[in-house]
Amino acid sequence: MMQTNQLLLIFCSVLLILGLIAFFVGRSKAARLRASGSSMYAQPDQYAWFAVLSTAGPAVLVGTLGAFVLLLLGAEIHPLYLLSASLVVAAAGLAVGVVQVRADFHARKAIERVIRWVLAGAALISIFTTFGILISIIFESLRFFEMHSFWEFITGTTWNPGASFLAAAGRGDGSGAQFGSVPLFAGTFMITLIAMLVAVPIGLASAVYMSEYAPSKLRTIAKPVLEVLAGIPTVVYGFFAAITVAPIIVNIAGFFGLDASYNNAVAPGVVMGIMIIPFISSLSDDVINAVPDSMRQGSLALGMTKGETIRDVVVPAALPGVISASLLGMSRALGETMIVVMAAGMRPNLTANPLEDMTTVTVRIVAALTGDQEFESAETLSAFALGLVLFAVTLSLNLVSVIMIRRFREKYRVNNL
Amino acid sequence: MSDSFDQISQQLKRRHRKSARLKWLSMGALGLAGLFLLWFFTDMLIKGLPAFQQAYVETEISYSEEAAKDARQAIDSDLIPIVSRTEIRSIPLLLRNEPDRIGSRETRWLLANSEVDQYLKGHRSKLSDKEIATVERLVASGQVEQKFNSTFFTQGDSKRAESAGILSAVVGTIMTMIVTLAIAFPIGVMTAIYLEEFAPDNRFTQLIEININNLAAIPSILFGLLGLAIFINFFGVPRSSPLVGGMTLALMTLPVIIISTRTALRSVPESIRHAAFGLGCSRWQVVKDHVLPLAMPGIMTGSIIGLAQAMGETAPLIIVGMVAFIPDVGASFTNAATVMPAQIFTWASEPEKAFVEKTAGGILVLLTILISLNASAVVLRKKFERRW
Repeated sequence: MMQTNQLLLIFCSVLLILGLIAFFVGRSKAARLRASGSSMYAQPDQYAWFAVLSTAGPAVLVGTLGAFVLLLLGAEIHPLYLLSASLVVAAAGLAVGVVQVRADFHARKAIERVIRWVLAGAALISIFTTFGILISIIFESLRFFEMHSFWEFITGTTWNPGASFLAAAGRGDGSGAQFGSVPLFAGTFMITLIAMLVAVPIGLASAVYMSEYAPSKLRTIAKPVLEVLAGIPTVVYGFFAAITVAPIIVNIAGFFGLDASYNNAVAPGVVMGIMIIPFISSLSDDVINAVPDSMRQGSLALGMTKGETIRDVVVPAALPGVISASLLGMSRALGETMIVVMAAGMRPNLTANPLEDMTTVTVRIVAALTGDQEFESAETLSAFALGLVLFAVTLSLNLVSVIMIRRFREKYRVNNL
Repeated sequence: MSDSFDQISQQLKRRHRKSARLKWLSMGALGLAGLFLLWFFTDMLIKGLPAFQQAYVETEISYSEEAAKDARQAIDSDLIPIVSRTEIRSIPLLLRNEPDRIGSRETRWLLANSEVDQYLKGHRSKLSDKEIATVERLVASGQVEQKFNSTFFTQGDSKRAESAGILSAVVGTIMTMIVTLAIAFPIGVMTAIYLEEFAPDNRFTQLIEININNLAAIPSILFGLLGLAIFINFFGVPRSSPLVGGMTLALMTLPVIIISTRTALRSVPESIRHAAFGLGCSRWQVVKDHVLPLAMPGIMTGSIIGLAQAMGETAPLIIVGMVAFIPDVGASFTNAATVMPAQIFTWASEPEKAFVEKTAGGILVLLTILISLNASAVVLRKKFERRW
């Protein structure tokens, strides 16, 4: 490993030296050409930069692509060969770059083309990221579904990966392991439901107040204060839910004679809902502001009170935007991890009582991947299967949300949403 | 006739009352959110501020020959259950490194046990009655005091609450953020420049745009799965290292930086581009020399906000193993490290009561850093914002 590091260092310094040579040789040649009186398409510096690009660009490309292909094929070739090959390419590039310093060569345009490609390549990274997520979860889930049936995963009501751990360690046959994800999804949806019950009314009402009633001074204060709610790290919310809110819920339930677990679903649900308020209020506020004033004027002219106008005209008109904001908030709640890891239970529990402890998809993903287990075990792989479902659900929620907001935008011809 | 007048005015009154109710209701919702924030911060301050105070014991240490072998000989036997064991254990090591101390005596303030600390702060503790009596006597004689807890800021993690500190997590966070920013900033800005200034409006560009918006809404834990399956298992990046954590967070921060950079680029008026083109600049020259410098404050603001977001992120880092127990402070990109939110998570899962305080203290440190980052972003925007 150390040797590879040293090789890499040598490679970089040689490449740097070659680049410097390219720059100065290119520039002096261009300057000489210009001094001799021929009119040129570009400045000497531009010729010099082109020479640098043609030296370093292909060499780096060959180096990284080569390393990637080697990794993909698993071939055992010493990095020395790869790096020397790429240095040869660099030398060739240097020669080409210097030869190209001619009066009729459009160096600036050539640089422009290279830059355009580099920028497009950077833009591709985000596509690669999505693909990376997709590939990683799909491949590992496929391996999981080879071990356990898809049908059992979707419809089973018992999640008990304990025995698969023994099987991976060479003890037992793993037949006792059951991966029925229904209780996990039930828990996830219960907590999300509680979160939405908190977030949607408060978020929407705050948005209505801020856009329709609040004096502009209050608005400029209230908006950033609400945003603070979204900026608090989720691990902090998790601690707050577990240490402060959960005991309060237990006490309240006890006051009504109900028995609540300290890992009940209400505490993480409520705290998650509060975290989501700004997502909903901020977008709803924008949407309500975008509802054309003529609609308010029309309604008021018909003798409606301000409250009736808001309730019967403004909010219905803004509804697609509000729904879109709520869907975004919902996808955030479904994928939220730290709050539930710290405040919700670990026990898969299929129940409709939010005061009991229940676990969620994200909790099980974390639990499966933090234990000391073989990566090949069914439990570890089950995390990826759960991730796949999570990805599919949040993706569709996001897409529906985007479509709704686009409809709204087209209907009222708003551009800044 | 007068009858219906009364009816109508009564109806009107009712309607206006209803209208006013909506106003109060919506105001109440906003107030509720504000109240929650107030409650949250008060609660965190009440729980976390005591973490910055720690009990110390003034102890006479005799560096005798026996103490070099058995540290318990070095201090008064009454004090042994009161002084932190980390301090006691360090005595033989000290004597091995500085042998000329043997035979001398010294009076120093040593860290007290976390039980003593909890007792002094009025919490339940596991001290026996005899130990409580000793502590009370020492408090009366001024030999046990609450002092500023410098250990918390100068030490790494520890299994003993009294000597646990946040420094290794802070260093880990800095290393991770360096990696994140080094990857996400250039790629994000380049993507935004491409989409805003270079890209033709075709299917491919639209695909990238939809994809970026979608990435911004994907649950963060899925980025952790990507980091685990691709960076660690496929590329062989060392697990738990700031390198893999930073790379994972970089992919997560990318959409934030891209979106804010695009907004900043869009706010630069077209006339500036036209003027530069008119002077014969190429597209890249227009961007590099004119648009980018003008958009820079906006880009910086967006990047700082993205950085703050990444700094508070825990879930993907847990998946790539950055919840390691790191007692020593060390700055390396490839060794195991932990970050502040992960440290908070680790402390929160410790069963000992004294760690609740440490957790809240760590949260206060994290929140202070995040709030100052965001505030600096706001200041930056206020200072350099230009209305065209």
